[in-house]
Amino acid sequence: MIERFLVWLGETPWSVALLESLYVWPLVESTHVLALGLFVGTTVMMDLRLLGVGFRKVPVTAFTGRLLPWTHIGFMVMTVTGLLLFYSQPLRYYHNLFFRIKVLVLLLAGANVAIFHNGVHRHAAEWDRDASPPRAARIAGAVSLAVWTVVVVTGRLIAYNWFDCDIQPQPGWVNWVAGCPVGTE
Amino acid sequence: MLEPFFRWCESTLIGRAIADSVWAFPILEAVHLLGLCMLGGALLVVDLRLLGVGLTSQPVARLARYARPWLVASVIVMVLTGIPLFLSEAIKAYYNTSFWVKMCTLPVALAFTFAVRERVARRAADDPGMTGRIVGAVSLALWFTVAAAGRWIGFS
Repeated sequence: MIERFLVWLGETPWSVALLESLYVWPLVESTHVLALGLFVGTTVMMDLRLLGVGFRKVPVTAFTGRLLPWTHIGFMVMTVTGLLLFYSQPLRYYHNLFFRIKVLVLLLAGANVAIFHNGVHRHAAEWDRDASPPRAARIAGAVSLAVWTVVVVTGRLIAYNWFDCDIQPQPGWVNWVAGCPVGTE
Repeated sequence: MLEPFFRWCESTLIGRAIADSVWAFPILEAVHLLGLCMLGGALLVVDLRLLGVGLTSQPVARLARYARPWLVASVIVMVLTGIPLFLSEAIKAYYNTSFWVKMCTLPVALAFTFAVRERVARRAADDPGMTGRIVGAVSLALWFTVAAAGRWIGFS
């Protein structure tokens, strides 16, 4: 069902045009990579503050109030360009081991953001100026650094076809995670 | 004239080892990217402030002082991963326009950041004014060129 949809999506004229374009695809990809500096970059700076290892005298709410909008812009650019890249080769990415790990870890990253903003950040006024924020905030910062690192690394590795379904044999778990229809043909 | 040197670079033990390995290049590339993330953040925190946006409630000098160790650390990571990446494909780099654009802009960006911007940020008042804005914009433009040209090495 999903596969049939993705096959159809990948055969739409715009998808084919995007993948085969000489400059548009590289420009979209470059924008995706450069926006990392904005999105992950500002995120990392805030994580360092939450961990209490950087910007110790800058109030946390200065970050969440004044820097976060820039993180949001970065996120929007990442999302739009990311979706376009997926649209250019839907089926290939769908069965890419690194893509699947990335999407999974992205969900964890989103959960971490939600937990932080609905949890300890609600009372940020109480610890705004603490050089070392409360435990829950430090954990959020550490988790954020870890998950975004995994997202960046797996994102970069999507480009490699080492574990693609048409490269066999692979360990069973690889084919399982990548959803490769091995042995069913 | 430089071509023999680039050939020699690619023939070095490190260059050969990375080119012959399946994982080495991608891993180095991924760490290079992680360095880019931190570099982007450490630069933007100060440059946005110089431009009059972002963490405007904070003195520029303080932000610059706090960002500096992360900026230096990220540059070190990028250089330490960039050199072996280069060694593994030095000849390709030699004939690659993007590579030369990057290598010409990089020293300018580094010099501007650690000489000009550093000095401006340290002395800046609460409102960095027109000088601050120009310095912030030039810094962003220079590093954008370095990063964009760097990414384009792989496309051309």
